[in-house]
Amino acid sequence: MAAHLSYGRVNLNILREAARKELREFLDKCAGTKAIVWDEYLTGPFGLIAQYSLLKEHEVDKMFTLKAGRVPPADVKNIIFFVRPRLELMDIIAENVLSEDKQQLREFHILFVPRRSLLCEQRLKEQGVLGCFTNIDEYILDLIPYDGDLLSMESETAFRECYLENDQTSLFHTAKGLMTLQALYGTIPQIFGKGECARHVANMMLRMKREFGGSQSQILPVFDTLLLLDRNVDLLTPLATQLTYEGLIDEIYGITNGYVKLPPEKFCQKKQGEGGKDLPTEPKKLQLNSAEELYAEIRDKNFNAVGAALSRKAKIISAAFEERHNAKTVGEIKQFVSQLPHMQAARSSLANHTSIAELIKDITTSDVFFDNLTVEQEFMTGVDTDKVNTYIEDCIAQKDPLIKILRLVCMQSVCNNGLKQKVLDHYKREILQTYGYEHILTLTNLEKAGLLKPQTTTRNNYPTIRKTLKLWMEDANEQNPNDISYVYSGYAPLSVRLAQVLARPGWRSIEEVLKMLPGPHFEERQQLPTGLHKKRQQGENRTTLVFFLGGVTYAEIAALRFLSQMEDSGTEYIIATTKLLNGTSWIRSLMDRPDNQS
Amino acid sequence: MAFVTANWNPLGEAFYRKTELYEMGWNLKDGLRDCLFAAAPYGGPIALLKEPLRRSPSARPLMEIYSSSGVSMASFLWKSGVVKQLGWTVSDDLLCIQEDGTVLVYDMFGNFKKHFSMGSEVVQNQVLEAKVFHSPYGTGIAIVTGTFRFTLATNIDDLKLRRLPEVPGLQGLPSCWAVLTQDRQSKVLLASGADLFILDNTVCTAVAPPGLSPQATSIVHMAVSFSYKYLALFTDSGHVWMGTSNLRDKLSEVETKIRAPPKQMAWCRRPKSQQPSVVIMWDQQLLVAGQCKESIQFKQMTVQVLIDRLVYRKLYPLAIEICRYLKTPEYQGVSRVLKHWACCKVQQKEEADDVIARAICVKLGETAGISYSEIATKAYECGRTELAIKLLEFEPRSGEQVPLLLKMKRSQLALSKAIESGDTDLVYTVVSYLKNEMNRGDFFMTLRNQPVALSLYRQFCKHQEQDTLKDLFNQDDDHQELGNFYVRASYKERRLEARIGLLQSAVDEYYKAKNEFSAKVTEEEMRLLRVQRKLEEEKGEHLVGFSLHDTLSSLLAVGLHKQAEQLYKDFRVPDKRYWWLKLTALAEKEDWEELEKFGKSKKSPIGYLPFVEVCVKHHNKYEARKYVSKVTPEQKVKAHLAVGDLEGAADAAIERRSEAEISTVLSRCSPTTDRALVERLNRARATAAKK
Repeated sequence: MAAHLSYGRVNLNILREAARKELREFLDKCAGTKAIVWDEYLTGPFGLIAQYSLLKEHEVDKMFTLKAGRVPPADVKNIIFFVRPRLELMDIIAENVLSEDKQQLREFHILFVPRRSLLCEQRLKEQGVLGCFTNIDEYILDLIPYDGDLLSMESETAFRECYLENDQTSLFHTAKGLMTLQALYGTIPQIFGKGECARHVANMMLRMKREFGGSQSQILPVFDTLLLLDRNVDLLTPLATQLTYEGLIDEIYGITNGYVKLPPEKFCQKKQGEGGKDLPTEPKKLQLNSAEELYAEIRDKNFNAVGAALSRKAKIISAAFEERHNAKTVGEIKQFVSQLPHMQAARSSLANHTSIAELIKDITTSDVFFDNLTVEQEFMTGVDTDKVNTYIEDCIAQKDPLIKILRLVCMQSVCNNGLKQKVLDHYKREILQTYGYEHILTLTNLEKAGLLKPQTTTRNNYPTIRKTLKLWMEDANEQNPNDISYVYSGYAPLSVRLAQVLARPGWRSIEEVLKMLPGPHFEERQQLPTGLHKKRQQGENRTTLVFFLGGVTYAEIAALRFLSQMEDSGTEYIIATTKLLNGTSWIRSLMDRPDNQS
Repeated sequence: MAFVTANWNPLGEAFYRKTELYEMGWNLKDGLRDCLFAAAPYGGPIALLKEPLRRSPSARPLMEIYSSSGVSMASFLWKSGVVKQLGWTVSDDLLCIQEDGTVLVYDMFGNFKKHFSMGSEVVQNQVLEAKVFHSPYGTGIAIVTGTFRFTLATNIDDLKLRRLPEVPGLQGLPSCWAVLTQDRQSKVLLASGADLFILDNTVCTAVAPPGLSPQATSIVHMAVSFSYKYLALFTDSGHVWMGTSNLRDKLSEVETKIRAPPKQMAWCRRPKSQQPSVVIMWDQQLLVAGQCKESIQFKQMTVQVLIDRLVYRKLYPLAIEICRYLKTPEYQGVSRVLKHWACCKVQQKEEADDVIARAICVKLGETAGISYSEIATKAYECGRTELAIKLLEFEPRSGEQVPLLLKMKRSQLALSKAIESGDTDLVYTVVSYLKNEMNRGDFFMTLRNQPVALSLYRQFCKHQEQDTLKDLFNQDDDHQELGNFYVRASYKERRLEARIGLLQSAVDEYYKAKNEFSAKVTEEEMRLLRVQRKLEEEKGEHLVGFSLHDTLSSLLAVGLHKQAEQLYKDFRVPDKRYWWLKLTALAEKEDWEELEKFGKSKKSPIGYLPFVEVCVKHHNKYEARKYVSKVTPEQKVKAHLAVGDLEGAADAAIERRSEAEISTVLSRCSPTTDRALVERLNRARATAAKK
């Protein structure tokens, strides 16, 4: 069930089908019944490629989570480990294999996702188990389709590895993933990029293309342009609280692999006579994607426009149900009945989103939310960014969640092109005394990543950047937006502005600003085989793939979708990233927690 | 002119005709008696081993290889062990399976290629019988040993030996057996008397062919069709049973009236018939039994195979012509032929390295999909390292160069190539190789010149080798990282003294790194730990490891106000933060009396709205009201609203003539609110708006 992947400008279901085919082929290689032992991190992303039914069709009878000790008993011929290539996982696998009962003639296999690793195989060899595996294979799952216009590698650590640890593994996978994409959707003739990582990925892509030599893709290119953007070109956007519906769901409850878990109280259907008893205690789990008509309609709206959209929808649905009174003839009744399932689905979808909107509204109308947003907006508009902020001090004094504090302090630093040493040290000391000295490592990390820094020059570039790129729009229209700034109620995400300017009038118009942002900007062209040059119909939109290296927020995605839909934009966007993130998950990935803390 | 289609016969969907192309060129005086022989599939070469049982050094068996037309291609004396079986692989390599389980591999020109073993237990038990079989997975070998156990390898190029389960009650060699490929698995079908068994990886299953003539008491011969789809069984009663190899359907049964076991039995197609049939050969007789109901057709001999065969015969120009004629994609066709040619070229010992390298480069040029690293590997295997390095230079895929460079001990070069490829796994591989190969000093020095490799190795050490990590930082005089390292280590340390010791090391490093701030706060941390321990000892409160904030809260919670006060002074906690903290702690404890005293102690640096709000948060509006009057005018409305005093809020808002505040109060009014109040607010708002 992934029809929603094929509705977009680019049929991403092709990618999913290719991934499914490869999975089936691997499963068939291990003849007979099998049990899969999962690296737990992989189950979420895999769920988007194949449900249990597919596995079952290929004789997967049991599933376990990878754990130390022995693999639980299961009457199967094959045990297959689905794992990321990580050394610590190899040690667990070795333990599993070595403690296997010799009487059982179960065969072992490993499937590395997304790539096999010599280092891991070496480790298995050292542990003396390498020979125990009948098949050691790789499952190249780099880019996973999350929606009709959205691909993610869901690599949680990508940003940290690239910008903190100088480990470019995820960029190698990105380049490989883009090669796979080009194999399926044709060579992308134009590549633009901004940032060190973007440059590195583009270099690898061009090199890989040379290496593949003759096996050039003979497919008519689907994408006209690829835009590679480093997350560190725009450190500001993820720090701001997203104000679209989907963005807020993610900020408040966190969306993982297309699912959200919500507090159950609002979702229980009260039946007569049951009163308050039997309240569900398990969180309500909902899948969120464009397969749900209503969600597709409201996800990218500013939250303030969601209420109106929901009540409009409510009217339409009840009108549709009223139709039954008009159905007189058998034919009419039949017609009505045939539409019932669709209408009922729409009604339950409406009920769900009304409940979610209520939950969110409780939060967005609170003083805490309002005060926080006010300070964010002050920073983004450049108000008093050079002094210690009283609100932040008060929040620290009340020991508000640390990540909230870090988001605000980092935001102030970014909007001020660094903080005065005195201001920075004051914040750091306040944080260390309140939350514990161990966070000195986290603070160091944030400094390394450029999120927090002492001012080195007195010159602050941010106001220039803000003005040139029109990052702040005074009268953002939340109900009927005419600019991307509606996604943050005034702030237009820098990253998306770069994409917008690139499409029209081109980056040449903003050379000065590009120079202020970190890393090189560049353009590369890839030769197409003759005969594959696209003849554009008049009025036909260009398709651009925007790849965010280091992560992207739902609000940025919403802004790009908004651009795709604009009448005169001339460009449609497909979005790819190493990770779907928000300020909280992003900052968390950069934290350094000593073992005795977590 | 004769009718042109007259001699064409149907074969499945296609037609064929027979034309005599040549006569066999060989001259076999003794026929095939006392010979082991094998012919390669699709009309490949034929191997003969004469008198295989001869063992004396003076009279050894003779191995001869002929082309399919009987032209001698090679012959040599067999000096190795006793051969039980000969066979050919799909890529025209000759397999000689010896009694001791060793398999020797030769190319069709009689050059030795490699050898492998069918398992150590075979050496003792010996191979009694062996069979070579072909499947989509390659060429396989099955053997039965002296203990009547079967061992099987499905693909000799990716050797995985499987010892098949025991056959219950089998006391001698099976009367006949064959290898089947079913459900993507190779299995052995064997007959022991009238019993028929299928052996797969895990179980031995007894099976019965449906409708087998009841007169049969033993199955003496069996044949499986090339596709593994059909099976023929010959019984001691002279019946030939034909059916599907899964033993589900019988196709037909023929009574031959001959009871002697045949020499050979095979599946074929009869001219003018579309059905597969079975040919059975005895010494003097030949019989064709058939009429199966299904038709089958194979396209196993693909263009690929054809080109391979030409290449194995070193007929390069012809192969290239055919590729061009068939428009085979370059990387499948011409490139492959050229690669084989080059692999052959590097073995020409008489030519100099550069001559060969140049020749290869000129001929291969930029041909797409050429793997120079494969050619270089070949050169290296022939002992020509210099040539190999020269050839590797042409390899566009830096990743491909790495394994060979390592093998040739050019590890520095391997490292730069690995980095160039962007494949971090490859970099890790080279790094771990270097680590084992070099002494530590050189190893570190090498890494120092390669920052990418160094960062990756640090990543590795962070998870795997903490001590090495420290050495790396030391070597680079990276005091900041060393400081961080000690801090991190201190959190893993449970004993307080050791922990403080590590923190002291961190402080020293931070000072060396000129990072005064980190040094100072780490010193502060050490000081806090000591105070916490002292307080723990004196007051019995668990404090060690808490943040300063939590320590203060804990002290206040148990009424240790003096101690808290001391800490606040010693650690120079800003007043504002301390007031917040104490306010929260006292409210938490519901110590309202102490709170009031605190509020009056001096002018609050955080104002009094927090007092109102914190009391309300702890459900004490009574206490909260005490502070409303002390709140600044700007916060009055908020304070009144917090304690639920709508009227007070209204008064404050109206007094301040603030439209926004009046609106806030109005938004809190409900239908039960006094009408007069609402009207008063509305009027005031209207006035305020006019301004």
